[in-house]
Order: sequence, then C-alpha cells, then structure tokens
Amino acid sequence: MNIIVILFPLALGLGLVGLGAFFWCMRSGQFVDLEGAAWRILQDDDAGGPSLSDER
Amino acid sequence: MAAQDLSVFVRHRDDGVASMELAVDGIRCAGCMQAIEGGLSREPAILGARVNLALKRVSVEWREALLRPEAVVDKLAALGFKAYPFVPERQADGAASEERRLLRALGVAGFAAMNIMLLSVAVWAGNSGDIDPTTRDFFHWLSALIALPTAAYAGRPFFESALRALKAGAVNMDVPITIGVVLALAMSVAETWSHGRHAYFDGVVMLLFFLLIGRYLDQLMRRRTRDLAGNLAALKAETATKLAADGSWVVTPIAAIAPGDRVLVRPGERVSVDGIVETGRSELDQSLVTGETAPAAIGLGGRVHAGTLNLTGPLTVRVEAAGEGTLLDEIDRLMDQAVGNRSRYVRLSDRAARLYAPVVHTLAAATFLGWLAFGLSWPEALMIAVTVLIITCPCALGLAIPAVQVVAASALFRRKIMLKEGDALERLAEADVAVFDKTGTLTLPEPEILNPEALPPEWRSEVGALAAASRHPLAQALARALGGAPCGGDIHEERGQGLSTGQGEDERRLGSVTFCGAEAEAAAVAAAHPGASLIAYRHGSRRTVLALGQALRPEARETVAALRRAGLAVTILSGDRLEAVAPIAAELGVAELHAGLLPGEKLALLERMAAQGRKVLMVGDGLNDAPALAGAHVSISPVSATHLAQAAADIVFLGDSLAPVQAALAIARKARRLMLQNLYFAVLYNAVAVPLAIAGLATPLVAAAAMSGSSLVVTLNALRARASGPEQEARS
Repeated sequence: MNIIVILFPLALGLGLVGLGAFFWCMRSGQFVDLEGAAWRILQDDDAGGPSLSDER
Repeated sequence: MAAQDLSVFVRHRDDGVASMELAVDGIRCAGCMQAIEGGLSREPAILGARVNLALKRVSVEWREALLRPEAVVDKLAALGFKAYPFVPERQADGAASEERRLLRALGVAGFAAMNIMLLSVAVWAGNSGDIDPTTRDFFHWLSALIALPTAAYAGRPFFESALRALKAGAVNMDVPITIGVVLALAMSVAETWSHGRHAYFDGVVMLLFFLLIGRYLDQLMRRRTRDLAGNLAALKAETATKLAADGSWVVTPIAAIAPGDRVLVRPGERVSVDGIVETGRSELDQSLVTGETAPAAIGLGGRVHAGTLNLTGPLTVRVEAAGEGTLLDEIDRLMDQAVGNRSRYVRLSDRAARLYAPVVHTLAAATFLGWLAFGLSWPEALMIAVTVLIITCPCALGLAIPAVQVVAASALFRRKIMLKEGDALERLAEADVAVFDKTGTLTLPEPEILNPEALPPEWRSEVGALAAASRHPLAQALARALGGAPCGGDIHEERGQGLSTGQGEDERRLGSVTFCGAEAEAAAVAAAHPGASLIAYRHGSRRTVLALGQALRPEARETVAALRRAGLAVTILSGDRLEAVAPIAAELGVAELHAGLLPGEKLALLERMAAQGRKVLMVGDGLNDAPALAGAHVSISPVSATHLAQAAADIVFLGDSLAPVQAALAIARKARRLMLQNLYFAVLYNAVAVPLAIAGLATPLVAAAAMSGSSLVVTLNALRARASGPEQEARS
C-alpha cells in the first residue's frame, strides 16, 4: 500500500494543475463569450483572409 | 448636415491606442463574427477587433492618430452591420467581481469534490470488503485536509449571506446550508478522530459544488439581463444636434448631452431631450408621451419632453435634467406610488425556502430526540440527525429555478425578447389579463398610408418625390412609405398649406384638402378612416385624398387572438380620444376599452384590477404608461418606447411585430411549469431520501448518489425550456 504515498500526491498535484489552468483561463477572459468560442474553432484562420461570402 | 461626434465613447490608453465598445445589430452566426473581425482587421489603423457573440458586442482597438471613431462605425456599416457605440458600465459595480468570485469558488469546490471522491470511492469499496482501518483513517484524514480549506473558501458566499440574514433577524436558505455544512464537517472530523467507518467530507464538498452552480447561474442571469439592457439603450442610438462651444452644430449622442446645453430640433425630428424652448415656435405631436394624437402648439418658454415629434418649425431647446410641476414630475410621483403599491411578489425560490428551513430543522431535531429516546448514545443520535440535514440539503432546490431561468432567457433572447428582471418569467406566466396601450403599442409609432388603394400606381413615384421635398412629418411619412427621392425642379412650399410644382394643366399639388380643392373626396375618406390625418394630391384636374394614420403593428390581431386562446382577457387603456381608439379596438375585436385616460387614471384602473385579485400584464410604450408599467404585475415594452417606460418594464422586445408578446407568454408558462416540476421532484426526492436518513440507513455513498442524481435530473429537465413548440418556432 506504500504506493499510495506516491500516487495520491501525484493525483492531487494533477488536480491542482487543472485548477490552476482554470484560474488562468478565467483571468485571460475565456469565459466571457461562451457562444462565440464554439464557432471560432470552426474558422479557417490559415486559409487566407476571411471572405464576406461566408456571411449568410 | 452637422458632423457626428462619438468621442465620448472612446477610451484612451497612454500609448496612443484608443478603444471603443459597440453594440451591433444583426450578429447572428459565426459568419457575421468572421465578417466583422476579418473586415475590421483589414484596415491597417485598426489593431484588433473582437466580437462577443453572446452579448452581440464588438470591442475595437485602433491607433488614435490614424482614425476617428466615426470611421469605425462607417467601416462596420460598409460591412453591412449597424453599430451603436456605448459606454460599458461594467467596472462601475461589483456584480462582475461577484461573478468571478463565485466562479473561482466553483472551480475550487469542483476540484476538491473530484479529489475527495477519488478517496471516498476507495473507502466505500473497502467498507463492504476488508479495508485496513489504518488505511481508512489515512484516507479520511486526507479528505479532511482537502475538504476543510475548501469549505472555508468555497462556502464563504453562503456563510456570509447567512450571517447577514441572521444579523437582520431573518432566516434565508443559506442558514440551513451553513448549519448543515458546519455540523457535517465537525461530525466527520470527530468520526475520523474516533476511527469511525463513515465520514461526510465528500458529501459536504459536493453539496457546495452543486449549490455554487445554482448560485453562479443566478448571477450570470442577472448580469446578462443588465448587459442586454445596456445594449438596448445603445441600439436606440438617440442623437441630438447640439450647439458646440465654437458656435457650430454637432450631432451628439444623447449620452454626451448635459443639462444646460442648447439643442436644435428641426421640424420632422423627434425631440430626444427634456427641456425649455428658447427660440422658435412649432406644433408638437405628443402621442408617444401622452397618447393624444392631435398636435399641440408650443412657443417660447414651453416645455418639451423626450419622445415628442416636432411638426412645423425649428426649435432651440435648453436641456434640463428634471422638470418641476410638469408632466414628467407628475409621472415621477405616480411612479413612486406605483412601485410602493406593487404587492411584493415572492419568488418561487423564496417561497420554497420559507417552507424548507423550518421543516428540515424540525425533522433533524425530532430525529435527534427520537433516537435519544430510543436509547442511542448522543453522538450516534447526533450523527443520524446530521445525516438528515445533509441528505435534505437543497442541491436540487438550489438548481431548480436558476437553471430554468437561464435556459428560458436564452430562448427568449433568440426571439429578440429581453428579460430585465429574472423573476419576470414567473410573473408573466401567472398573468390573466393583458392590458394594452394603443398609441405606439398596438399601432406603429410612425404614421402609414391607411388607404393605399386611393393612390394609382403610376402616381406613386411623383407623389413620393414631391413629399420628400417637405420636412412636414406627414409628407415625410408619405415619402418613406412611397420610397421617393427628392426631385429637383421648381417646388414651392406654402407654409401650412402644401407643395406645388409645374404650371397650368401639368400643375401638381400635395397638401391640405383645401389647398388641393378635394373636399368632396375628403369627406368619404374621413368617414372611412376616422381619426386619420388627410393629405390630398392633385395633378391637373384629377385628385385623390390619402388617409395617414397609425397602422396596427404586424401580427397585432393574431397576438390578441392568441392571448385570448391562452386564457387572458384583453383590455385597451389609452390616453387618446375615444374616436381614435374605438376603430382599433373594433378591428382587434376587443370589447373592453377605456379612452382619454390620464396616467394616474391608468394606474388607478390597474390597481382596481389587482384589488380584484387579477394578475395584470401591461403592454405599453409611452411616458404616460410608465406608472402603469411599474405598477402592473408584469410589464412588456417595445424597444421604440420612451426611456422611462422601458426602464419601468420587465421585458422589452425588438422589432415592429407584436408577436413577441405571445411568444414570451408561451415561454414563460413553459418555464414556470418546468420550475414547478423541478420543485415537485425535489420534494419527491426528499420523500424517499429522508425516511432512509431518519432510519439511520443513509451512508455517505447513498448521500452522494442521491445528491448528484437529483441535481442531474433537475438540470436535464431545465434544458427542456430550450425546445419550443412548432408554433413559436415558425414565428422566430
């Protein structure tokens, strides 16, 4: 059972990293616009400039 | 035309970068977002543009030396979007920081809940197997190590609120939550100390996690409604022509007008400020303010109100913040009275909380005493009583209502209906009488041609062109309706009479009935359209008379019929004359109408209805409706309403159509049904779980499963508010 002494701090540490990431996201304003983010991922930023014809 | 000046909206940074927030009309999809961001960033002076799709806003940053703020608006217009700058009021109040605090607490509680569950699952599995007591104690101590700081941090919103309530001598939902959390933690530590089998660290932290979700949704809802109200103010985009220090006239947004400024109001313009006339004389159409459609004369020293329409002559107005002994003052007094008299509506969640706290505390106390009498030692009896407190803790209750509200509000928003108060949904669902104002609410605020058949198609463009040459409001309305561009040529305007062009047989005249000599035609038209304004046209010897008046809003008839079907009685209260109201009422099939009412009489009528136990839905837009809107059980305004009316309304809808009133009612009823379902479910859940807890059978495993299960069910049920019937879907 001694493995727990290593595994548990490891699990807790990973959890803390996640919590830290969450705080960082909050600070950088990633939760300000939840709807836009869902669409932004579909944008082809690298395929040249955005074209107006995409607008419906 | 005077220049636009938007400099009040610009924020400056030290390094020469300016930024501005704009509310944008018509952002619907990702394509729009891409078009705006891509289009703006092609401009070299613009450093960055970011669309907030949820709030329909854009924030733009640019190099101050290279671009004027007006150019940003023009650029957006060139992309096909109308943008309205505004000053974000976000930093001013603490709501945003409160929201961030809740989100942080939520993150901490979620992290702790997951990690404690990691340990708890092992303990539960071990308890039914052969766990080494030392290992179990170790796991319990680790859980305590995570749970105690977490509760101290994430539980603060509840502890603080409970303390505030207790100091004020009241009990709210947070008092039982605080007692439950503190007792459960203390008991779990004691249990761990004495090498016990069960500790409730996981239950406590999970409870905090679910409650914080509900609290956060509630806060989100509040902030969102306020932000949207900010957008509304910007979308109205009201401007005034102000006399600048250098003597030139500048078109300035209303936000930048201060008392004491002098403002020019041209004939045909809507007055956008309250103030005193300094020069000029004119006639005013005050229908949006008082409901009265007949024009009133005004001269030097007269008082004008925002929302009135200047008809005949230019006026210079000195802006005043608030009047004394005036209509506005009277309305203010009535507003105070209305707000004071409004029977305080008790939200569903508060009603549930009021029942909840005493019942749960009695149950827990009875359990403790019962087991003590049954012969159990006091620590064991206390442990069972605390289990009752934990098991009944209102996870589902805390989520039941905010979750539905958030989902329903976004469903409304997609139909361009904005909630200004969170509990407006519950109140709207209860309404059993719909009271409409006439002018501007049932009818459109701008006049329309009521008898288009009187105008032969071949005359449309020439009448339109002639009408466009005049600034008279009726002529302008005609020009708008016919889409005429002002033609060149030799047009004479005879003040108060009309316009003429051409000679002899080819002479064309547009104006009053006598000016065109069309008395015979006018009599018939006047009989068919009582209350309408007549405008005559003569080309050579042929004449026609057009009736201009307030046309019904689109779908007004369908909406009134739908409200009736939904079981609401429909009434019209108007400040206008009976002759003007009766035809509208007849067209809509409304039998009950009251005309010629003063603002105070409207309010009194509503109060009489309320005294009879009726729940009134007031729909109105004028300044004279504001007290009634504030006094009604629930109120709705169109976005074209005057400031004060909109501020008093609970719900505001965009667009010309009246259909949103019916859509809002349907969604509100559905939302209320779902809220009640959720509350009943919470009761049902307790009916099952509480006997288990009282019997001492509820282990931490049962508590965890019951808590997360019930919260999940309630949340999923709330999501159903998003789906809507085919009828509303077709309208949106």
